[in-house]
Amino acid sequence: MAIDVAAVRRSFPILDRELDGHRLVYLDSAASSLTPEPVLDAMDRYYRWSRSNVNRGVYPLAEEATDLYEGARTTLAGFLDADPVGVVFTKNATEACNLLAYGFVRAHLGPDDVLLSTVMEHHANLVPFTQAAAAVGAEVRHVPITPDGLLDLDAAAELLADGRVTFAAFVHVSNVLGTINDVERLTRMVKDANDRAIVHVDGAQAAPHLPVSFRDLGIDSYAIPGHKMLGPTGIGALVARPELLERMEPFLTGGDMIRDVTLTGATWNDVPHRFEAGTPMIAEAAGLAAAVGVLEGYGMAAVRSHERDLTAQLLDALGTVAGVTVHGPKDVDLRGGAVSFALDGIHPHDVGAMLGSRGGCVRVGHHCTKPLMRCLDVAATTRASSYVYNDVDDLEPLVDGLEAAAAFFAR
Amino acid sequence: MSMEDLYQEIILDHYRKPKNRAPELADEAVHVHHSNPLCGDEMDLRIRVLDDRLDAVVFDGEGCSISQAAASAMTQAVVGRELKDALDLAEDFRRMMHGDDPARPDDLGDGIAFTGVAKFPVRVKCALLGWMALRDAIQTFERGASAHTVTHEE
Repeated sequence: MAIDVAAVRRSFPILDRELDGHRLVYLDSAASSLTPEPVLDAMDRYYRWSRSNVNRGVYPLAEEATDLYEGARTTLAGFLDADPVGVVFTKNATEACNLLAYGFVRAHLGPDDVLLSTVMEHHANLVPFTQAAAAVGAEVRHVPITPDGLLDLDAAAELLADGRVTFAAFVHVSNVLGTINDVERLTRMVKDANDRAIVHVDGAQAAPHLPVSFRDLGIDSYAIPGHKMLGPTGIGALVARPELLERMEPFLTGGDMIRDVTLTGATWNDVPHRFEAGTPMIAEAAGLAAAVGVLEGYGMAAVRSHERDLTAQLLDALGTVAGVTVHGPKDVDLRGGAVSFALDGIHPHDVGAMLGSRGGCVRVGHHCTKPLMRCLDVAATTRASSYVYNDVDDLEPLVDGLEAAAAFFAR
Repeated sequence: MSMEDLYQEIILDHYRKPKNRAPELADEAVHVHHSNPLCGDEMDLRIRVLDDRLDAVVFDGEGCSISQAAASAMTQAVVGRELKDALDLAEDFRRMMHGDDPARPDDLGDGIAFTGVAKFPVRVKCALLGWMALRDAIQTFERGASAHTVTHEE
């Protein structure tokens, strides 16, 4: 079933907004997605109808809240084809990466270990691990990219050859280049080189846009943000093999995550609760479960197909604008819907200001990928990114705005 | 927001035809390099000092229209001024970018066209880059040094 964009749009109230008389053209879903009515309703319903804390009360209302929260865990696990026992709710994907960096890398890696990363990582999937590696004295190696913006797997093979890589963290889909990395293949390479190696993947730009099976990827953990997949802000998850969670130390301690406490010590609760200290984000979990329901209603294969077609049209449209250079793969089978580009001679901030004055929302800057910006030899890019509510009628305002920027800032 | 609130014609004029833009300066007293890593703006500023006055000020660099135009307007406003006076004017511009009415609107010259930038917080640091480089260049001179590099964090 193809996505019926007109019907989809009706469930996103923000799309009725006008800004200075311009229709909202939202092309910044790689930064954060818009929120549909069912997600708003689910959060509203919790606060109006089921409001109470989880895991504590013995009265029916508290059981209802617990069911909502734990039900969201099961729903998310089903969506990603993972074990619910391996799903830890976090504030966002960044916190999920930090949880792993603190709970596993700092606890288990040492000076003999090597951590594998890539040059296309978002800071969220880079800094927690480089900091952890530095703290334990582990070496860090980075997989470079090819001129097309793909991971250079030949170079990766060389980096893995000595068998010392015991932890790898890389991105599924690049938030700048759009590149869809071959996670299964790189994971096999890492594990063939060292069968004890743990593989972590940043799924922030993949889980919202592609069908993802955690089991089939063959990885050990996966970080996702709720707010990029139609869910609310304030919730994400670390999706992991339960055996990995069992080996991890708690990152935050306090209520809920303990089994027993004495005045001087404590023992830990079972996973995944061991990593969820304190009252969690209950309304947000209900909202995220509703978002998963909306995405499953569309069907993730249909979401991917819609975005693939729209990205092809976007690349064609950008090709009509003089002075535009697109970064990343041109083959839409190898890329997602985040498209970064340069407009010759005009700083992205100026491009973004022109588009913004016409209702167009795009991202300008380094997109939290400063090492990648250095690889591309640019300070910043302009990025347009699409989702289920975008259609070909959003491309014309983009092209018009870019042409207006080129004329306005011509020297 | 409207493009005209931010990009006054005077700003675009300085962007298209910058004043005192040059990669070097004869007999320079100080050369400073300033960058805003979050935007990727880079600025080289050079001053020549004669009898405690700014005898010449040139800038060079890359960045958005606001950063380049503000630096151009700044050079026009400060050349010929005593160092202390130029520092005072830089402080006036900085306060204007934080929403205060400037105390010396006439002395700011074309710099006054940047008043509207104060309404766009993410662009304030762009407008300030040249002025902060000037302040640093004068302070570097007063310390007796000839070069300084500053990276502005947010």
